[in-house]
Amino acid sequence: MDLVVGAGIIALLYAVVRLGQSMAVNFTPGRTPVIISTDIADVPYYAARSLLRMFIALALSTVFTLVYGTAAARLRRAEKVLVPILDILQSIPILVFLPIALTFFITLFPNNLLGLELAAIFVIFTSQAWNMTFSFYHSLISQPTELDEAARMYRLTKWQRFWKLDVPSSMIGLVWNMMMSMGGGWFFLTASEAVTVFIKGHGHSESLPGMGSYMAAAVAHGSFTEVTIAIVVMVLLVVGTNFLVFRPLVAWSDKFRMESSESAEKPKSIILNLLRRSSIPRLAGHVSRPVGRALDRITRPFGLAEYPLRTDVRKRHIGDIIFWSVIVGATATFAVIGLVYLNAHLGFTRFPSLIGFGFATFARVVVLLVISTIIWVPVGVKIGMSPKLARYAQPIVQVLASFPAILLFPFATLIFINLGIPLDYGAIVLMMLGAQWYILFNVIAGASSIPNDLREMMVSMRLTRSQRWRKVILPAIFPAYVTGGITAAGGAWNASIVAELVSWHHHTLNAFGLGNYIATASAQGKFALLIAGGIVMSAFVVVVNRLFWRRLYRMAESRFTL
Amino acid sequence: MTTTSDPTTGRTGAGSATIIEVSHVTKSFVSPDGTPLPVLDDISLDLREGEIVALLGRSGSGKSTLLRCIAGLISPTEGDISYRGETLNGANPGVAMVFQSFALLPWLTVQQNVELGLEALGVGTGERRQRAERAIDAIGLDGFESAYPKELSGGMRQRVGFARALVVEPDALLMDEPFSALDVLTAQNLRAELLRLWREKDFPTKAMLIVTHNIEEAVILADRIFVLGANPGRIRTEIDCTFPQPRDRHDESFQALVDEIYGLMTGRDTRPPAHIWTVASPGEGSPTDTPLPQASVGGMSGLLEILVAHGGKVDLPQLAHELTFEVDDLLPLVDAAQVLGLAVVDDADLQITDEGRIFVAADILESKQIFALEARERAPLVRAICRALGATKDGNLGEGFFLDLLRRGFSEEEARQQLKIAVDWGRYGELFDFDANTGQLTLDHHHGSDGQ
Repeated sequence: MDLVVGAGIIALLYAVVRLGQSMAVNFTPGRTPVIISTDIADVPYYAARSLLRMFIALALSTVFTLVYGTAAARLRRAEKVLVPILDILQSIPILVFLPIALTFFITLFPNNLLGLELAAIFVIFTSQAWNMTFSFYHSLISQPTELDEAARMYRLTKWQRFWKLDVPSSMIGLVWNMMMSMGGGWFFLTASEAVTVFIKGHGHSESLPGMGSYMAAAVAHGSFTEVTIAIVVMVLLVVGTNFLVFRPLVAWSDKFRMESSESAEKPKSIILNLLRRSSIPRLAGHVSRPVGRALDRITRPFGLAEYPLRTDVRKRHIGDIIFWSVIVGATATFAVIGLVYLNAHLGFTRFPSLIGFGFATFARVVVLLVISTIIWVPVGVKIGMSPKLARYAQPIVQVLASFPAILLFPFATLIFINLGIPLDYGAIVLMMLGAQWYILFNVIAGASSIPNDLREMMVSMRLTRSQRWRKVILPAIFPAYVTGGITAAGGAWNASIVAELVSWHHHTLNAFGLGNYIATASAQGKFALLIAGGIVMSAFVVVVNRLFWRRLYRMAESRFTL
Repeated sequence: MTTTSDPTTGRTGAGSATIIEVSHVTKSFVSPDGTPLPVLDDISLDLREGEIVALLGRSGSGKSTLLRCIAGLISPTEGDISYRGETLNGANPGVAMVFQSFALLPWLTVQQNVELGLEALGVGTGERRQRAERAIDAIGLDGFESAYPKELSGGMRQRVGFARALVVEPDALLMDEPFSALDVLTAQNLRAELLRLWREKDFPTKAMLIVTHNIEEAVILADRIFVLGANPGRIRTEIDCTFPQPRDRHDESFQALVDEIYGLMTGRDTRPPAHIWTVASPGEGSPTDTPLPQASVGGMSGLLEILVAHGGKVDLPQLAHELTFEVDDLLPLVDAAQVLGLAVVDDADLQITDEGRIFVAADILESKQIFALEARERAPLVRAICRALGATKDGNLGEGFFLDLLRRGFSEEEARQQLKIAVDWGRYGELFDFDANTGQLTLDHHHGSDGQ
C-alpha cells in the first residue's frame, strides 16, 4: 500500500520539477516560434504541461478566494466595494482578458516563454476564481450564529478563527466549486495555448506546449487522426483528474458537513481510501503539527477575532468619509480614462452597431437554451427519476460538461463546410456543444431529489402523463433548472467568442455577432474594439440576469422549493 | 466552592463578591421603518460568587439577548455591564458559555473541541491534553475522546459543550437553555451531574447563570430566579429559592413555588400597558398591544378537550408535567383559549368557561361558528382585519396594509408571524381568505362582515 502511494508521490514530484524547468525557456515572440510537433510521442508531455497549468491556476484561485473572500466578509467597508467588483468580474467574458493579459505579461518577461505561460495561467485563473470566491464569501456570511459566538466567546485568535472555523465550515462548497471551476477551466486552457501576440502592431501566432496548441496544430494540418488523438487524450485528462483528485477531495470534505446527523449517502473514493490506509496521514500529521504550532505563535500578535462593542462614532464617520472619497475618486478617474480612451480609439457612435451585434448573439443564446431545454429536460427527468440510471449518468454528464467543446469545433466546422451550412446557424450548435450539459446535469439533480412519497402519490392518484408533468415534475425540477439555465447561458456567451469565428485548414467561417466581433478584434490586436465589445457583452449578461434569471430564481425559491 | 457559600444549599452569604453587574440595561433593535423596537427594558441584576442564578422567561422576554449582552457578544443600547468592575467592551473575559444548540465544531473530535478554548489561550500541547482529559473525565465523557460530535447523542454532545466551557476554568459559567434540546430524562440526568460538579470543593467556577423557559428547571437549579416579562423584556420579580440541595420536585413547598411562578407567568400583569393575555372583553385591546399567541386552532381545541376531560379545571404545572410539555409549548395554547374567552387562568389553575364547554361539545361546523364569533370579537388583530376588509368596497386588501400597521409594534419577523397566525385563525373561522401569490386578503361574505 505505502509502496504504491510513495511511488506515486515521487513520480509526481519529479514530473512537476521537470515541467517547471521547461516553463521558463528563452524565446522572442515572432522570431523563434515554439514549434508544436504533432508526433504522438510528444502528447504525454503536452498533456502534462496543460495539466500543470490548470493546477497552478487552481492553486492561485484558491489563495485568491481565501484572501478576497475573508476581506469581503470581515471588513465592513471593503465588503461594499469587493462584492460588486466580484459581481462585475463574473459577468465579463473571460476571453476578453486574454489579449490584455498577453500584452501585460510579455512586456513583463520579454524574451521568455514565461510571459505566454503566465498569460495562459491568468486566463484560466479568471475562469476559476470568481465562483469559488462567491461560494467562500457566502459560507462566511451565512455561518451559524452560535459558532460565531462560540469562536468569540472562547477568544480564538484571528488565525485560529480562520483556520479552525472559517475554512472548515466553507470546505464543502469550496471543494465543490473547485471541481466545477476545474471543469470550466479546460475550455479556456485550450483557448489560451495557441494565441496571437502583437508586437509593434504585427501579429505573430505563438504557441505554448500543451493540448490546446496540439489541437491548433492538428487543425492547421487538417489531420483528422491528430484531432481525434487530442480529443481522446483530453477525455482521459478530464476523467483522470476527476478520479485521482476531485473524487477523493469531495469524499474527504464530507467530514466538514454541518448537519449534526450522518448523511445517508456519503461520497466515496477508492483513492481516498488508499491514502487513508497508507501511513501518509500519520506522516503528514508529524510534519504539519509543528508547522501548525509555529503558525499559531506567529499569528498571535495579530490579535483576537473580536471587535470592540463600542466604537467612536465620530472616528468611524471620518473613516467612512475618507474611504468613500478614495473609492469614488478612483472609480471616477478610471471611468474618465476609459471613456477618453474609447472615444479616442473608436468613438461612441460605434456602440449602437455593437448592440446590434449583441442582439444577434443573444438570439443564438436564446435559441440554444430553448433547444437544449426541449431535448434535455425530458432526458434528464427520465434519468433522475431512476436512481440506478442517475448513479451512472451523473459522472458521465459531469465529464461531458467539463470537456472543452472547442476540441469538437474542427469536426463540426468540417461538417458545416461540406454541407454548406452558414456559421450564422452553425454557431448555435457550436455554443450548444458545451452549454447544454449544464441543463442536463442540473435537471438530473433536480429530478433525483423529488421525494419518494410524491412519486408514489403520482402513481396511486393515477395522474395522467400530462398531469404528472404539469403538477409534479416541472414544478419540482424548476429551481434546479433555473440554476442550470443561468450556467448554460453564461457558458454560451463565453463560447460565442470562439464559436462565431472558426477555421479548418484553409477555410474560415464567420457569423454575424458580438462573439465574432470580439474574436476579430483580438485577432487584429485592436484593444479599443475588444474592450468595447467586452463591455457590451457584460452589459447583456448583467441585464438579462437582472431582468430574467433573478426573477425566475426568486420565484423558484419562494414557490417551488421542496 | 468559595468560602462564603454554604455547602448544603449552595447559597451565598450576604456580601459575597459581585462577579457580573448589569445596571439599567436597555436594548432595542431598529425596525425596518426606523422606529426602535425595545427588547430589553431597564434591566438591573448582579451575579455574585457562589450562587446559581436563573433568568426565567417565555419567548419574547429577551432572555437570550440579555445573556448575550452579559457575555459581551452584543452591546446594550443603554446601560452598563461590568465584569469584576470593568465595563465590557468585547467578549466577557471571565465567562464561558454553553449553547442550546451545543455549537460544537463538527470537524473536530471531542478532545479537539474541548481543547479549543485552551488553544486560544495559548496553553502548551502537553498541558492542554491533560486538562482536556480531566474535564472530559469529570463530565463523564471518557472513552469518547476520539469521537466526532455527529456520532454522539444529544446528551453526550451537550456534555462536550460543558467540558469545553469548564476546561478553561471560567469565573462564571453562562448557559443558554442548555437542556432544552435534550429529552426529559437526559436533561434531568445532566442537570444532576452539573449540580454534583458544582458542589465539589475544588470546582473553579464561582457562579453560574442559566437562561431557561422551564420553570421546574429554574426551581431545581437556582438560588435566585429572575422572572422576566415579555414585550419588551423586563424583570418582573426576583425570587429567592432557598430549598437545600438536592431538591425534591415532589416536595410540597417546591410544588407551591412552581405553582406560584406559573401563576405569575400566565396571570394578569401588574404593569399598566397590558402585554399579557388576559380574558379580553369584546372590543378591547389593539393588535399591537395585544399580540396573538403563537397557537394553532387545533392545538387549542385539543387543550380544551383535555380540560373538559379533567372536569373543567386543571392545575397547569401538573398538566404540563402529565403531557411532558414545557411552558413555551403549553402557554401559547392557554393564551389562545384565554383570548377567545374559552378558558380562564386563576393562579396556576386553568378553568373552562361556558363558551368553552359549548365549543368542545359542538360538532365541527358549530365549533367553527363559535370560533369565528369569538375571534372576530375578541382577538384584536382578527377583528381589525375583518373591520378593515368590511370597510372596503370589494372586501379586498393587500397584506402590506396590515404589515405596515403591525410594524409599528413588532419587528419585521414578528409582524409576519402575527399576520400568519391571524390568517390561520381567519381561515379556520372562514372569516377571510388569503392568496399567497398575490398577498391579498379577501373577506368571506358569509361570516366575515359584521351583521351580514
